[in-house]
Amino acid sequence: MKPILEVQNMTMDFGGLRAIDSVDLSIEKGQIVALIGPNGAGKTTFFNCITGIYTPTSGDIYIYPRGKEERLNGLKPNIVTKKGLARTFQNIRLFTSMTVLENVMIGCHAITKAGIMGAIFRGAATKAEERLIVKKSYGILEKIGLEKYVDELAINLPYGAQRRLEIARALATDPFLLLLDEPAAGMNPQETMELDELILKIRNREGISILLIEHDMKLVMSLSEKIYVVDYGKKIAEGTPEEIRNNPVVIKAYLGEEIDE
Amino acid sequence: MDFEYFTQLFLGGLTRGSIYALIALGYTMVYGIIELINFAHGEIYMIGAFTGLIISSVLTMMGMPTLAVIVLAGMAAIIYSCSYGYTIEKIAYKPLRNAPRLSALISAIGMSLFLQNYVLLAQTSDFLPFPSLVPNFAFWEPYSHIISSAELMILLTTLIVMILLTLLIKFTKIGKAMRATSQDKVMASLLGINVDQVISATFVVGSATAAIGGILIASHIGQINFYMGFIAGIKAFVAAVLGGIGSIPGAVLGSFVLGWTESFFTGYISSDYEDVFAFIFLVVILIFRPSGILGRSQAQKV
Repeated sequence: MKPILEVQNMTMDFGGLRAIDSVDLSIEKGQIVALIGPNGAGKTTFFNCITGIYTPTSGDIYIYPRGKEERLNGLKPNIVTKKGLARTFQNIRLFTSMTVLENVMIGCHAITKAGIMGAIFRGAATKAEERLIVKKSYGILEKIGLEKYVDELAINLPYGAQRRLEIARALATDPFLLLLDEPAAGMNPQETMELDELILKIRNREGISILLIEHDMKLVMSLSEKIYVVDYGKKIAEGTPEEIRNNPVVIKAYLGEEIDE
Repeated sequence: MDFEYFTQLFLGGLTRGSIYALIALGYTMVYGIIELINFAHGEIYMIGAFTGLIISSVLTMMGMPTLAVIVLAGMAAIIYSCSYGYTIEKIAYKPLRNAPRLSALISAIGMSLFLQNYVLLAQTSDFLPFPSLVPNFAFWEPYSHIISSAELMILLTTLIVMILLTLLIKFTKIGKAMRATSQDKVMASLLGINVDQVISATFVVGSATAAIGGILIASHIGQINFYMGFIAGIKAFVAAVLGGIGSIPGAVLGSFVLGWTESFFTGYISSDYEDVFAFIFLVVILIFRPSGILGRSQAQKV
């Protein structure tokens, strides 16, 4: 099967520090892929490079929406988002002083056309578009199970719901690939279980591929079809959950080396 | 206490506050979105007044009716000021967006001095008489000893501008994008918002309100010069800080509080110390509420 995202030989330097060292990665349509590794391994930097927050020092990032090849290097985050990549952050970054609905509506902006002039003069087309956005946002909130919070301020939501709202907002940009940065961080087992179901639902119903950074191994092993392991910016292993579980290199990276007498 | 005198001072303060508010909005919106004190903002206001003067003189000479002169001169001033605001952001602030904040601040002060001297050279260093654009409405005659038609016009215009601005920010797409950008620029851009465009739009909107303020006050006071933006800018900046910089209702509230302070102190104590009272008040407020009346104190992430 053809990939929808392909990262080739990507390297990211910060001054003298090599945060990512020629990493390859590819994701197929509808696949759930996990990126794991010890703290400071460069996972979040990897996301930042793909989504346009950083421009990688070298290497290529290609996406294949509708089979056509497009290179993402050096594009600004808002352009990358328009091309169909959406992400969430490790720490919650909701617009706290806006309502839940507004947060999701902001995400819809990526795919609407009315410009500044339209906003000021509010023609019929702008109004129709506004109505469409509200309807779409409601739809997404229902799917994610947040419909009862619609007019609540984002900051007043319980922790688990805030995390789900981040995912809802990312989905509003109509992505074909969703990048989740530690979505289960800080969740209790019950919430993690619901998250597991939610991620599967997003993949199964919408056919959206998912790239996931996560430390909760139970979640990673149950969800992912393919796992990449990075350490000190280098890819040290890739494979199915079964292969990764028994890979001595991975075990060593996580638990440290045994001292042989 | 003489009630009529009190009413006069109250309304005088309200008028003054409205003008401050029109300028302070630009300061606070720009600060809210890129955390920069745009010191050139007072000059935008001055340029608005100059454009208004030039266009209204030309139109009056052509024999246009008063209403047409007000509207057309106002539009011209808004468009001209907006283009200045837009350009200033692009050449003086955008290249410094990731630089330390002090650099952008110095760039802003430089821009302010540049624009003052540019108008000084291109126009004149003298005070220019500004025609009173607002006629004395006949229906307002019975009340004009309390508040003049021109002052009434200032109050009404400010009110309309505030309502429009609130609607823009609360309900439109660009307004939502502005709020999102001011909270988290990276997240906003990851949701497909073009942050550069939003920042430009903020400068344009702020410049438009400043231009409206420039024309209104010029026509009220009756004279303008190249230096008028400096003190008005400082006062509006004080108002924005007083109310809590970055907060739009704060800027409006701070402006009215400042307007009333000046009006009452000069009315009841002495007009020689007008500015002194304004700044003493600022110092007192900042001692007790360092982030302003409506400002939220921010916990710094270490």
